[in-house]
Amino acid sequence: MVKYKYKGQGYSNTDINKYSKELLLNLLFSMIRIRMIEETIESKYHEDQMKSPIHLVIGQEATSVGACAALKVTDHIYSSHRTHGNYLAKGGDLKAMMSELFCRANGCCGSRGGSMHLIDKSVGMMSTSAIVSGIVPIANGAAMASKMKNEGRVIGVFFGDAAMEEGAFWESLNFAILKKLPIIYLCENNFYSVCTPLDKRQPASVELFDKAAGFGIEAKQIDATNLLLVYETVLEAAEKARNGGGPTFIENVAYRLRGHGGAGDDSKSGYRGLDEVDSWQNICPIHTLQNEMKNHNLIDENTINDFQNRTQLEIDEAFHHAVSSPNPSEDSLMQHVYAD
Amino acid sequence: MPWAEAFLNTQTNNSENLADSNERHLSYTDALHEALDLALELDKKAFILGQGVNDPIGMFGVTTDLYKKFSEERVFDTPLSEEGMTGMCAGAAMNGMRPVYLHNRPDFLLLTFNQLVNHASKMHYMDEGHTNVPMVIWSAIGRGWGSGAQHSQAVQGLLLSVPGLKIIMPSTPYDAKGLMLSAIADNNPVVIFEHRWLMKQNGYVPEGIYKIPIGEGIYRTRGEDLTIVGSSHAIALAQIALDSLAEEGVTADVIDLRTIKPLDEKIIIESVKKTGRILVVDTGWAMGGVCAEVGCLVAEKAFEYLKAPVRRVGLPDSPTPAGFTLEQYYYPTSEKIADAIKLTISNDK
Ligand SMILES: Cc1ncc(C[n+]2csc(CCOP(=O)(O)OP(=O)(O)O)c2C)c(N)n1
Repeated sequence: MVKYKYKGQGYSNTDINKYSKELLLNLLFSMIRIRMIEETIESKYHEDQMKSPIHLVIGQEATSVGACAALKVTDHIYSSHRTHGNYLAKGGDLKAMMSELFCRANGCCGSRGGSMHLIDKSVGMMSTSAIVSGIVPIANGAAMASKMKNEGRVIGVFFGDAAMEEGAFWESLNFAILKKLPIIYLCENNFYSVCTPLDKRQPASVELFDKAAGFGIEAKQIDATNLLLVYETVLEAAEKARNGGGPTFIENVAYRLRGHGGAGDDSKSGYRGLDEVDSWQNICPIHTLQNEMKNHNLIDENTINDFQNRTQLEIDEAFHHAVSSPNPSEDSLMQHVYAD
Repeated sequence: MPWAEAFLNTQTNNSENLADSNERHLSYTDALHEALDLALELDKKAFILGQGVNDPIGMFGVTTDLYKKFSEERVFDTPLSEEGMTGMCAGAAMNGMRPVYLHNRPDFLLLTFNQLVNHASKMHYMDEGHTNVPMVIWSAIGRGWGSGAQHSQAVQGLLLSVPGLKIIMPSTPYDAKGLMLSAIADNNPVVIFEHRWLMKQNGYVPEGIYKIPIGEGIYRTRGEDLTIVGSSHAIALAQIALDSLAEEGVTADVIDLRTIKPLDEKIIIESVKKTGRILVVDTGWAMGGVCAEVGCLVAEKAFEYLKAPVRRVGLPDSPTPAGFTLEQYYYPTSEKIADAIKLTISNDK
């Protein structure tokens, strides 16, 4: 049964000619790269060497890539447990990520974080939380700091639809509106919290973005399989935030094509229809943008193949780097409990 | 909650501290006010928030009119969103600010545990030391006058086992100021538990900035018969109890922990090696808290020096009753502590 249907318009209302070829290639390649990295992780996950609970972003890459591209390099992002896409889209170091997944000493968190805590502060991937909605108040604090220090920095915070069932989410929204914080709430609505569909968790009569709007925030719902829609919407929100216009809530609707956690799809267990998953395969954000670009003669198969070949080498090298890196030493266990 | 000021006024004065009249004396709350004033002056990154901090009398007088001097940008009232605001403080701290978040009562901290325990105290560890979280959470333990089960809880024991937190429990105006300044300067999340009954105390408080090391206890008195360990209002009560036994010739090492986490193991063990007897006092529940931890520490590391069983005086394993008569049974008093002292020194192995 297809409970959650695609309701977007594809690229029919998007004027792709508005954008430079260079930008479009960068955006598409960024999504392809994230997909290839995750597929490689997936293909090796059963070997049990990456002893870390993973949450793949396959199907939802356009939110990560579109949002991060619209933000400035100096802007900061915060993320839920579904980190891979956000970390990579913001420019997080791939080798350090792979080392973290393989629990090595030179992982981005020295093997203290794992897949749900991918952090690279040098590129503005600042922090994450594995507690649903836990990162939202923290991102608020980052926005508060930016405002108090008059830094002109915009904060983006990524979280799933279930985060909106937590009290602290609404506390944060209220405060951000009150203080006109320079923050963009990036809800990644993929309709499911693990196996529980949205309609078992929230009354279906009110859309997520409408609830947020009820708090007094500018709120939008967008088709987040269309990368350019995400890009445009976040661009506008960031500009507003930077000019003192306060926060924006964006409900990014896109389907999670894999299981909640781990490798592969888990739909056979019956919590969602296989036909529902199938129906979203066709509107995968990579395929749709790629097709649109092909239709406008902005890319051809050769260019894509070239990129994929180069990327596979980069990925292989990162995996090799990770598996040949040292494990943490026992005497490092108690380091960093307290800051000096 | 209507607090009986008349009653509080009877809970005044640490007479010892008044001895030298040439010294500058301040009330406990004025000492805290001065600490916050100095911190705001010194560090542009420091800011103060909490429900009612900009009320006409401020939070117990601790924040009175600070916003007039430092602006409402840096001293502000908050919505009643304890979890959200705690996370906001953590996020601001992770980005170089130094928030000081004040609560009327520790009971309200229970709404913040997700941010305090799951996030603020672990961020530094989880990202391998890349991020510091220099924030201060402050609250004042209530006791009596019907505070009851939800406005009197001393929850320090619940937080004692959380790695990455520091927990401070001052007992004098001097310490309240110095430890507040140390807490704001510290690069970790620090929780300060004051006690409402200490707030009318006067005592010696130097001008300007001074700090007290976090994680170090101090001998309040030195003696031979036993070691008494505790902090905050509990140690103040223990002092009175000990004084009441002076005529009987009882003397004790009284150790004010000042900080219950990190715990100053050294001073406790050092003293127990000398006296061979220990009584632990705390404002919280005896079970699983400071009393239990210190007791276990001594059993583990100084067992061979013990001449008597470890004793503790904390709260019984029940919620706080609201009514006056039941409260009298519930709370430790200096008389009850004096009894425990006598038991500890008489009950040789
Ligand atoms: C407070 C809390 N409750 C429950 C969980 C267990 N949990 C982890 S991820 C998840 C699903 C969250 O769904 P959503 O927020 O929509 O994000 P998604 O996984 O779909 O990206 C749950 C329930 C948790 N990590 N934190």
